[in-house]
Amino acid sequence: MALVALRNVTKTYPAPEKGAPPVVAIDGVTLEVEPGDVYGIIGYSGAGKSTLVRLVNALEPATSGSIEVDGREITTMPERELRGIRLGIGMIFQQFNLFNSKTVWANIAYPLTVAGASKSEIAARVAELLEFVGLTDKAKNYPDQLSGGQKQRVGIARALATSPRLLLADEATSALDPETTQEVLALLKRVNREFGVTIIVITHEMDVIQSIATKVAVMDGGRVIEHGDVFDVFSNPQNPSSQRFVGTVVKGIPSRTELAVLRERHDGRIVTISFRDGDASQAAVFVALATAGVEFELVYGGINDIQGRAFGHLTLAIRGADAAVDAVLAEISSRVDVTEVS
Amino acid sequence: MDRLFELGSEFWVAAAETLYMVAATLVIGGFFGLLLGVVLYSTRPGSLLSNRAVFNIVNVVINFFRPIPFIIFIAAVQPFARYVIGTGIGNDALIFSLSIASSFAIARIVEQNLVTVSPGVVEAAKAMGAGPLRILRTVVIPEALGPLILGYTFVLVAIVDMTAMAGFIGGGGLGNFALVYGYRQYEPAITWAALLIIVIFVQSLQFLGNWLARKVMRR
Repeated sequence: MALVALRNVTKTYPAPEKGAPPVVAIDGVTLEVEPGDVYGIIGYSGAGKSTLVRLVNALEPATSGSIEVDGREITTMPERELRGIRLGIGMIFQQFNLFNSKTVWANIAYPLTVAGASKSEIAARVAELLEFVGLTDKAKNYPDQLSGGQKQRVGIARALATSPRLLLADEATSALDPETTQEVLALLKRVNREFGVTIIVITHEMDVIQSIATKVAVMDGGRVIEHGDVFDVFSNPQNPSSQRFVGTVVKGIPSRTELAVLRERHDGRIVTISFRDGDASQAAVFVALATAGVEFELVYGGINDIQGRAFGHLTLAIRGADAAVDAVLAEISSRVDVTEVS
Repeated sequence: MDRLFELGSEFWVAAAETLYMVAATLVIGGFFGLLLGVVLYSTRPGSLLSNRAVFNIVNVVINFFRPIPFIIFIAAVQPFARYVIGTGIGNDALIFSLSIASSFAIARIVEQNLVTVSPGVVEAAKAMGAGPLRILRTVVIPEALGPLILGYTFVLVAIVDMTAMAGFIGGGGLGNFALVYGYRQYEPAITWAALLIIVIFVQSLQFLGNWLARKVMRR
């Protein structure tokens, strides 16, 4: 059974001013997150990602539709009962949102106090979590004495304090530098693997999805326009909007302006060939090109790796007799996706 | 100067009275001011216990009383003081009206400082399943504590200022002492002596407030 199941969920905010239409933040989303998933939700800012994740722990009430967390319908639940649900859902934030007036130790202890744990339980659990995130020596420090990466590690420890089954990460690495991002992602991966915590990750960064997500949903204008296995969505997006988004984060697809420059600098026909793992190998394509009696040049490209599976896009300029070029394009089209871009 | 020595003990009694009025007002007005300020903060639209009716009523009441000059306010609430604490004159009657007036001022200062607490931090506490009252008590107030102490210190200085009007309804204190024995009896030395104590008093309060706030904010 899905740990989180959204069915036809909408969220509408009242009109910002009189006469204006109400703002539709979430527009009929249906989504299931299975236990053990690291579910990535991506999209441009304003796509509704943050609102969506706040519906899951009822920080924002849904306008219509059904949301089940661990089999319990939360949209009709009274506030007092929702607090119990929230105790079972951890959340981390882009700006960390640590309590600056409390020490690292007290930050991590806070949710345990809310849950009504005893003093000795709290002491034991906080020590365990400090050890897990590698900050035992910072227990007595205040958040403003920590680096960004350390702050987020405290955030993670705090979110895990009550041993939740689900962790919501709202742009958790967006305020961190690339190296620290990798550290925090590695930690989240451990949280998923060692404790079996299901994670919903909101992000606009490809790196995050690439290194930890197992499934992904692409959001645009409050809707989920595509979802599925990370590799499938990124290597072969179906929806034009998700193609556009994926194009901005995936290496190897030239933008419109880059294409114009390529066009000016290179003669011949310009084509982009897209490889997917399991498709005909790159080598076969290059052999075909080399034996066809045409001249070709690699002008743009990139190979991406998602969970050990590679896919990529290579843009080639091909010159030669029309017939020969047509023939070789037809041949490689049977092995990989070929898009003529000129 | 000789006159000041003659009045010696009365002078110190007056100083103690000022201290008493300030301390009592700080406790009573400080408490109700905190309460009103927290109500203003938490009932505003989009806040933890948002309630437009309560917010508007408290807001209007505070705005109604705040601009009234204190000396007129003392006269205006005198019948009320008689009813509640049994007397309309003396130090205790002044504490009564001063507590009311200062709680409105403190409410505004509390509100202003609480709204600066990051909404993200409040949201984090909410996401951990904490209820609104717990969040106010254990997150919002502690997070704003440093600026709150500075705000209270600011009001405290104004309270010292207003205790000087105690003489108007038969109370004592250094302000009254300066007026009665200094100003009316043409003894500028006495006026200045009282003034000096008030200045020392205010300076120490300000110093204490700054020190406490710095300690709380750790900078």
